Amino acid sequence: MSGWGAVLAAQDVVQTLGGGSQPDAVEARQMQALSLAVHIPIVCFGIAFPAMFLFVEGLYLRTGDETYKALAKRWSKVALVIFAVGVVTGTILSFEFGLLWPEFMASFGEVFGVAFGLEGISFFTEAIFIAIYVYGWGRLSKKVHFLTGIPVVIAGFTGSFTVLAVNAWMNDPEGFDVVAGKVTNPRPFDAMFNDHIWHEIVHMYLAGYIVCGFVVAGVYARAWLKGRRDRYHRTALVVALSFAALASPVQVIVGDWAARQVAETQPLKLAAFEGLTETRKKAPFTLGGYYSEKEGKVKYGIEIPWLLSVLAHHDPNATITGLDSVKASDRPPINIVRIAFQTMIAIGTGLALLGALFFVTWLRKKRLPKSRLFYLAVMLAGPASFVALISGWITTEVGRQPWIVYKVMRTEQAVTQADGLEIGYIFLVLVYVALAGGVWWLLRRLASTPPQKEVAH
Amino acid sequence: MAEICLAYVILGVTAYAIFGGADFGAGFWDLTAGTARGGGRVRGMIQRSMAPVWEANHVWLIFLFVIVWTAFPVAFGSIFSTLSIPLFLAAIGIIFRGAAFVFRGQAATMREAKVLGAMFALSSVLIPYFFGAAAGGIASGRVKVGNAAGDMIDSWVNPTSALIGVLAVVTGANVAAVYLAGDSERAEQPDLVEAFRRRALGSGLLAGLVAIGGLFVVRSDARDLFDGLTSGTGLIMVIVSAVGGAATLALVLTRRFNLARVTSGVAVAAICVGWVFAQDPYFLPGELTLEQAAASDATLTALTVVVALGMIILIPSLYYLYRLVLKGQLDQEFEPLDQRFRPLEAGGSPPPKAGH
Ligand code: HDD
Ligand code: HEM
Ligand code: HEM
Repeated sequence: MSGWGAVLAAQDVVQTLGGGSQPDAVEARQMQALSLAVHIPIVCFGIAFPAMFLFVEGLYLRTGDETYKALAKRWSKVALVIFAVGVVTGTILSFEFGLLWPEFMASFGEVFGVAFGLEGISFFTEAIFIAIYVYGWGRLSKKVHFLTGIPVVIAGFTGSFTVLAVNAWMNDPEGFDVVAGKVTNPRPFDAMFNDHIWHEIVHMYLAGYIVCGFVVAGVYARAWLKGRRDRYHRTALVVALSFAALASPVQVIVGDWAARQVAETQPLKLAAFEGLTETRKKAPFTLGGYYSEKEGKVKYGIEIPWLLSVLAHHDPNATITGLDSVKASDRPPINIVRIAFQTMIAIGTGLALLGALFFVTWLRKKRLPKSRLFYLAVMLAGPASFVALISGWITTEVGRQPWIVYKVMRTEQAVTQADGLEIGYIFLVLVYVALAGGVWWLLRRLASTPPQKEVAH
Repeated sequence: MAEICLAYVILGVTAYAIFGGADFGAGFWDLTAGTARGGGRVRGMIQRSMAPVWEANHVWLIFLFVIVWTAFPVAFGSIFSTLSIPLFLAAIGIIFRGAAFVFRGQAATMREAKVLGAMFALSSVLIPYFFGAAAGGIASGRVKVGNAAGDMIDSWVNPTSALIGVLAVVTGANVAAVYLAGDSERAEQPDLVEAFRRRALGSGLLAGLVAIGGLFVVRSDARDLFDGLTSGTGLIMVIVSAVGGAATLALVLTRRFNLARVTSGVAVAAICVGWVFAQDPYFLPGELTLEQAAASDATLTALTVVVALGMIILIPSLYYLYRLVLKGQLDQEFEPLDQRFRPLEAGGSPPPKAGH
C-alpha cells in the first residue's frame, strides 16, 4: 500500500506481512459485519438463558413444584440448540480473523491474543457443562444437577468479557509500543484491561439479558393473548419479563457511562454520534434529522441546547470536540453512526419504560398488567431489542472507522489479499439464510410439544 | 517458552484429530449406513453417542486457532491467507454439519431426518479432507510468509495434501468405529457391536495401507518431510503410530474395545507429534523457523500461564464429562433421540412421546 506512506501519522504500523493493494476490502468488511450481526444476537441467549433456567430450577428445588421443573427443562433444551448455533457462528468468526484480516492478526495477534486464550477456555467449560446439564436431567442428583449449571453461567460471562476485551482494545489500544512501524513490547494484560472494557462488558451483558428476556417473554405474551394462561405460561412470562425489566432501566445509566467514556477516549466518535462539526462549549444535542456533508450540519433535527455537553461531561460548559478537528478522510461515516446511535437510545428508552411499567404493576397490584396493549408491546420488545443491539454495535464499530485499531492501523491495511471474496460473501449469505430458516423451524417444533412431556418421567 | 506454546499447538492438533476426527468419522459411517430403514439403527447409535460430546470436542479447534494466532501470529496470517480456499470450505462445512446434526436430533419425520442426515454426513467427510489438505500444504512447504504469498491453488491441490486429506478421513472413520463399537456394547446392542466392529477392522486396514502407500507420495512430493519422518524422533513416532494401529486391529478383533479406544488414539497422536518433529526446526517448512515464528516473550509467557491455569479447570471438567458419558450416565436422557429414530426403523409415524 505504497500510497499510504505520506498520509499516515507517525504512529502507524507497517504491515507485518507486507501487502499490496486489496480489491475486495468492502466485501471483507461486510462479511465480518454480517457474521457478527448473526453471532451476537445468538450469544445473548448463551449469556442470559442459563441464568434464567437455573433460577427456575432453583424455584423447583425450593418448592418441589413440577411446573418449574418442566419450564427449566424446556428452556435448557432450547438453550442447548441455540448454543450449538452460537458455536458454529462463533467458529466462523474465528476463521474470518485469519481469512479476512491476516495482516491485523499478524501484527497484533501477540498483543490481544491472550484474551482469546481465556475465551477459548471459557467456551470449553461452557460446552462441557451445558451438555452435562441438559443430558443430566433426572440422571444426576437434584443438587449436583443444579450445581453443574453454575459453570455455564460463569463461563458465559468470562467468555464474553474476554472477547469484548479485544473489541474494547481495538477502540482503546494499549499495551504495546510502535517502533519504526513495528509493534513491539506487547503487554497482554495491559491490552486486556483497557479503559473501554468496563462499560462494554456491563452494557453488553445487560443487553444479553434484555434481548433474551424480551424475546422469550414475547413468545409467552403471544400465548397469553391466545388464552393460554395456566401456571406454566404465567411463570414463564413473569420470569422472563422480570429479568428483562430489571436490566433495561439500568441499561440507560450504563449507556450514559459508555457515552462519557467515548467522549474521553474517542471524541471523534462522539462527534459522529451527534453530527457536531465545530468544536464548541455548550454543545447542543440534536434529535432526529440527518447530517448533510455539504453543509456540515444536521438538517431537520430538533436541537436541544447544552444537552450534549451535559450528557458527555455532566457540565454545560464542557467543550466537545467537533469533526473538523481532523481531515475528512479520518472521519467515520456520520449518518450511519448517528442514526444507529439514536435508534439505540430511542429503543432503550422505550424498553426502560416498559420494564418500569411491569414492575410498578407487579409490586403494587401483585398481578400482571391487564391491558392487551401491554402484551403487544412485550411482543414487539423482543425484535426491538435486537435492533437496539445491532445498532449499538454499528455505533461502536462503524464509529471507530477508518481505523481497525483506533489511530494505529487502518481497516484497509488489515485486509487479506486473497482474491474472490465476493464469491465467499454470496455463499456465506446463503448459508446464514438457510441457518436462520433451520433455527426457526426447530424452535417452532420445540414449542409445539406440550410442556407436560418434560416431566413425564 | 516457544516450545511450550508449540506443545499447546500439538495438543490442539492431536486432540482435535482424535476427538473431532472421531466425530467426523461418525458422520462418515452415517453417510455409508445405507437406506433409511437398514441404516436406521446405526444412525440412531451415532446420534446418541455424539450428542453430549461433539460441542466440547469441537472447541479443540478454537483452542488451536487461538494458540496459533497469539503465539505464532505471522504464521497464522500467512497460513490463513494462502490456504483461504480450503479453510473457507471447511468453515462452511462446519456450519452445515453442526446445524444439521442438532436439527436432526429434533426431526420428527423420516424425510426431515434424511435430508438433514445427508447434510450432516456429507460435510463430515468434506471437513476433515479440507483440513487435511491444508495441513498437507503446510507440511510440504507450500505456505509462504506473507499476505496470500503462496499459490492459492497448488498449496492445497497437490499430492501431499490429497494424501493427508484422505488419511484424515480414513483415520477419523477408524477411531469412530472403535468408539461406536464400544458404545454399542455398553448399550447392549450386539448387532451394532458387530456392525461397527466390521467397520473398525476394514477402516483400520485401509488406514494402514494408505499410510504405507503415502510414504512414497511424500517421498516424491515433499522430500524434507519424508526425511524427517524416516529419521530420529520422527521415525520413532511413525513406528509408535504403526504399532498403535496394529494393536487396535488386534484388540478390535478380540473385542476389547475399551483398550482399543486408547490405542487408536495413540496411533493418531503419534503421527501428529511425528509431523512436528519431522519439520523441526521449522514452523512453516523452508520459510519460518519456530524461533522466527514465535511472538514476544511477554506474550508467550502470558499465554503459557493462562492456558496452564485454564487446564486446571478444563482437565477435571473434561474428565467429569467423559466419565459420565462412559458410565452411561448421560445416555438415558437420549431417550428422545433414541425414540425418534425408532420410527425410522419401523418406517412408521413418530411415537407419541417423541416430543421430549
Ligand atoms: C439491548 C441493547 C441495547 C440498549 C437498549 C442500549 N444499548 Fe447502547 N449498546 C449496545 C446495546 C444496547 C451494544 C451491546 O450493542 C453496544 C455495542 C458495544 C457495546 O459495548 O455495547 C452499545 C454501545 C453503546 C455506546 C458506544 C460505546 C462505545 O463505542 O464504546 C454508547 C455511547 C451507548 N451504547 C449508549 C446507550 C444509551 C445512552 C442507551 C439508552 C438509552 C443504550 N445505549 C441502550
Ligand atoms: C469477533 C468476535 C468473536 C469471535 C471470534 C467469537 C468466537 C466465538 C467462538 C469460536 C465461539 C464458540 C465456542 C465454542 O465452540 O463453544 C463463540 C461462542 C460464544 N460467543 Fe463469540 N465470538 C465473538 C464475539 C462475541 C461477542 C461480542 C460476544 C458477547 C458478548 C460473544 C459471546 C459468546 C458466547 C456467550 C458464546 C457461547 C456460545 C453461545 O452461548 O451461543 N462472542 N464465540
Ligand atoms: C469482539 C469483537 C468484535 C465485535 C463484537 C465486533 C462487532 C462488530 C459489529 C456488530 C459490526 C457491524 C457494523 C455494521 O453492521 O455495519 C462490526 C463491523 C466491523 N468490524 Fe467489528 N467487532 C469485533 C471485532 C472485530 C475485529 C477483530 C475486526 C477485524 C479484524 C473487526 C472489524 C470490523 C470491520 C472492518 C467492520 C465493518 C465496519 C464498516 O462497515 O465500515 N471487528 N463489528
